[in-house]
Amino acid sequence: MKITHSEVEHVADLARLTFSPEEMDSITGQLNDILTYVAQLEKVEASGVEPTTHALEVENAFREDETGKSLSADEALSNAPEREDDTFVVPRII
Amino acid sequence: MDYEVVIGLEVHVQLKTESKIFCGCSTTFGAPPNTHTCPVCLGMPGVLPVLNRNVVEYAMRMALATNCQIAPYSQFARKNYFYPDLPKGYQISQYELPLAEHGWVEIDLNGQTKRIGITRIHLEEDAGKLIHDENRPVSYVDLNRTGVPLIEIVSEPDMRDPEEAGAYLKKLRQLVRYLGISDGNMEEGSLRCDANISLRPRGQDELGVKSELKNMNSFRHVQKALEYEIRRQSALLMDNRKVVQETRLWDHGRGVTVAMRGKEEAHDYRYFPDPDLVPVRIEDQWLESVKKSLPELPDIKRERFVREYGLPAYDAGVLTSSRSMADYFESCVKAFPRPKTVSNWIMVELIRLLKQDNREISACPVSADHLAGLLKLLEKGTISGKMAKDVLEQAYSTGTSPEEIVREQGLAQVSDEATLRAVIQEVIDDCPQEVEKYRAGKHKILGFLVGQVMKRTKGKANPQKVNALLRELLG
Repeated sequence: MKITHSEVEHVADLARLTFSPEEMDSITGQLNDILTYVAQLEKVEASGVEPTTHALEVENAFREDETGKSLSADEALSNAPEREDDTFVVPRII
Repeated sequence: MDYEVVIGLEVHVQLKTESKIFCGCSTTFGAPPNTHTCPVCLGMPGVLPVLNRNVVEYAMRMALATNCQIAPYSQFARKNYFYPDLPKGYQISQYELPLAEHGWVEIDLNGQTKRIGITRIHLEEDAGKLIHDENRPVSYVDLNRTGVPLIEIVSEPDMRDPEEAGAYLKKLRQLVRYLGISDGNMEEGSLRCDANISLRPRGQDELGVKSELKNMNSFRHVQKALEYEIRRQSALLMDNRKVVQETRLWDHGRGVTVAMRGKEEAHDYRYFPDPDLVPVRIEDQWLESVKKSLPELPDIKRERFVREYGLPAYDAGVLTSSRSMADYFESCVKAFPRPKTVSNWIMVELIRLLKQDNREISACPVSADHLAGLLKLLEKGTISGKMAKDVLEQAYSTGTSPEEIVREQGLAQVSDEATLRAVIQEVIDDCPQEVEKYRAGKHKILGFLVGQVMKRTKGKANPQKVNALLRELLG
């Protein structure tokens, strides 16, 4: 499996990242190295093994439906680049 | 060419838990902006979301009520996209292993029952709220809603016209309200609906190209948007043009759907299992206990009302439309065991009064006991049917019991024979000419004589009794 330039561009675009042509070459190469390395796992015989999504054998970690303390509006907004009254201000999307 | 309409709905239901799905912030609607947030729902680095147990139980209730198979093993996934109402840059949802699948509900259309398939029900978190400025190119973000629990109910493409879609949506609303898991209010956003709609030549199996409709905030909007979309798509097809697969927003002011600006790449969500949340395993024991906790569901209740109270199917349907309506009816019948009479008074008089004020039966000022009291007064002949309606309206606007209204205003009918005979004799004595005419065969004059009796009793005489006694005394 080889990842192409255009696939990298697409993923970069989804992540809102822009790269110079040189960076693009380097990243595509690095990603291919990683994929090749991980591809070694394909050699493992795993036909009878259920797909795993977690390394821990833990299930059903729940909390009870109870309210706790929330932040104040000022605390919640303390990292906001721009605020007005008690809301975040962002560039308009629609 | 004759086209067949194919509709499938994606319905989001906000669950009525106390706290959010993955943190302890309150879900209360209408709090001041950004006062119900914490590092978890704000998506700060290094935090750990933990699943609210009640969210799973509420979703299980809906899955059971819609005949779904509940997965013994399900898990959460990250749905990645950028939008200012989504602070983490991903929404925690379920993708490959949803909580429940393969269900159905039955809808009723003009007495015909139709089964609508449910593809899946999964859990996810809500996003924040954006308010767009009218003058500046900015939006204001309130993250109170971020992390409020949702279930998404995806239907099969089983609906064939906007009426069926409306009936299905109302069915889901009825169920979530019966189950007590959501307010199911479209206007307030606790029930939201997106619609997939396509047209295909009648007889063709393959589905046509669909559009996905959003931004419909009431049952009426859903109906209107679908009707518009059918006209738009069929005009395109008849003109030999193609329908483009896209998301369209309903503009209620203009009564049209408008293509959302192209964000095709936005559909590439790169789902992957959320490493922060461990899988959910639902053992039989848990499933059984949730099953036992379910209330009697509307379809079963309706059948029971027909069987147990001998009501027509139509009455039973109206009376079981909500749990509080059904409870009202049943406690009224307990105190006044004539089901059909109770049903008539609720369906005609009471619902009319409630509709005028846009009020739910749970907020009805006339209690079930009061209505039963009124019907007893009517049955005993203490008041006439016409008076009963007046008394009901007064009871409705004041909250006073019908007995008290009748007593305070001296509305009780005079049914006592001796009293009535005396008044009638007076009338006969005072109106010799009319009496003569009646005896000569002009029976129409009886109405005048009844009127005289009513006048002298200030309208309180029991009209049936007066009629009978007059005839008797006039010979």
